[in-house]
Amino acid sequence: MTGKKDFSAIYVIWLREIIRFWRDKARIITSLIQPAVWLFIVGRGLGSTFRGPVPGVDYMKFMFPGVIGMTVLFTSISSAVSIVWDREFGFLKEVLVAPVSRTAIVLGKALSGSTVAVLQGAMILLLAPLIGVALTPRSVLAALGLMFLLSFALSSTGILVAARMESMQGFQLIMNFVVMPMYFLSGAIFPLSSLPPWMKALARVDPLAYGVDGLKNVIIGVHEFSLVTDVAVILAMAAVMITGAVLLFNSEG
Amino acid sequence: METIVAKDLRKKFGKLVAVKDVSFAVQSGEIFGFLGPNGAGKSTTIKMLCTLLKPTGGRAWLAGYDVAAQPDAVRRSIGLVFQDPSLDENLTAGENLYFHAILYGIPTAERQERLGEVLRMVDLYDRRNDIVKTFSGGMKRRLEIARGLLHYPKVLFLDEPTLGLDPQTRAHIWEYIHQIRARAGMTIFLTTHYMDEAENCDRIAIIDHGELVAMDTPGELKRLVGGDLITVRSEDDEQLSARLQAAYGVTPARTPDGLRFEIDNGEEFIPRFVAAEHGHIKAISLRKPTLDDVFLKLTGREIREETLSGLDVMRERRRMRRHRTPHH
Repeated sequence: MTGKKDFSAIYVIWLREIIRFWRDKARIITSLIQPAVWLFIVGRGLGSTFRGPVPGVDYMKFMFPGVIGMTVLFTSISSAVSIVWDREFGFLKEVLVAPVSRTAIVLGKALSGSTVAVLQGAMILLLAPLIGVALTPRSVLAALGLMFLLSFALSSTGILVAARMESMQGFQLIMNFVVMPMYFLSGAIFPLSSLPPWMKALARVDPLAYGVDGLKNVIIGVHEFSLVTDVAVILAMAAVMITGAVLLFNSEG
Repeated sequence: METIVAKDLRKKFGKLVAVKDVSFAVQSGEIFGFLGPNGAGKSTTIKMLCTLLKPTGGRAWLAGYDVAAQPDAVRRSIGLVFQDPSLDENLTAGENLYFHAILYGIPTAERQERLGEVLRMVDLYDRRNDIVKTFSGGMKRRLEIARGLLHYPKVLFLDEPTLGLDPQTRAHIWEYIHQIRARAGMTIFLTTHYMDEAENCDRIAIIDHGELVAMDTPGELKRLVGGDLITVRSEDDEQLSARLQAAYGVTPARTPDGLRFEIDNGEEFIPRFVAAEHGHIKAISLRKPTLDDVFLKLTGREIREETLSGLDVMRERRRMRRHRTPHH
């Protein structure tokens, strides 16, 4: 890093993604459809079959933080994976030959991915009154902060994976074998407390579980771990992944 | 003055040697072309000169800077137009250039003026506020050239600058390339596998299987072929072949079109030859040598297509997408 110029690079990469996000209204709408389906169709459907998994919290409410977690997860991963394409056939290639450091490029990408993920997550948060979830300014701020931390960690993970990926085919594989299990084991759809031991063990190493747990904690007041544990695990993951991504990008060629 | 110097440049990918100890020098203000089939090592060489790949062996200097040891200085000295598009198509033309200006540290006060200057150079000033997605393939390429010039580089690299464009647009792109050289006195280094386009270069290096097989002006290279190309058909090619060998000392090659050989002063040779053959000739044609013939002569092969790698598959898809975009 050499200061001002690298800061400019971070800014350019970030601003570009924000402009793209803002301009592509169709994408904003469609990316909200999937969480809405989970919430209003799956959530209502399952909720009418069995009582809420947590006493006093109906199923849609229970799922609400999990759906936010899902949105953050998918947005972060798809933003990071766009690197594979963008590096060969897009603007990223232009950035890679500019006189700026790889570190700045990775940071810019992670920050822009998390910004977009937080914006998407915040839009879901707006649905809270429809679900009957009461939010306070404090819980909103805490939720946004958690979303940002979580999406930074997940974006960094995505970048780390995308750094050595040569074609988009690998992406589908990762979606099926990593991202989907990560989501299902995160406690977003069912609570972790009543799971068999082997699933519990897997959930313990699922970083998303801590993100979803934190979101549940600040949005509906239900949790397995303490907020400090949640934040600490996500922070540790973010630090490891971003460091790995930076190292991998710097060693290219 | 030499702007680019490569000395025993070498790149290995695993066991494959993509570029084998290539040495050359490009003079300041020259249009220098790298000619060769797909997979010959052209793009790999460019990537090493542009600091995108680290050489496995040898050294190279660009504008006096060592490409391995001073990558940032090299990057500031070069403009790049890639084989594959590298614009953000969801941004406007102006935004693409604006981001480039920031990345290259062009002072805020100068940005607008330079943007206008390079956009006018490629006749895109009126379209500066339009989203790039609405541009034709040729316009996108021109915008990329404009972007490559924005930070006043010493060398402009063009990797297959006219690939995928129609002949008319290709001719246009070449007009711009000549203009840029005339106006800015810039050194231009390009790769192509279009033989006819290579004629536009001051000097050409022919590369095949990672090795330089020849380097000279297009005129001198064509002289290597050894004269004009004659193709002749007769009632009995075998006998004619024998007579050609005996009387003119040439060994013709059999082709589906007839016997082919090279000879000096073909225009004068034909009447003499046809008269001497007393009506045995059914057809005869003469062709001036092209760079295709030079390549064939030097390598024994025509320019060929390589098998597709994963990246090439993505590239093809990308190209198909590009062809679907509207033309203006």
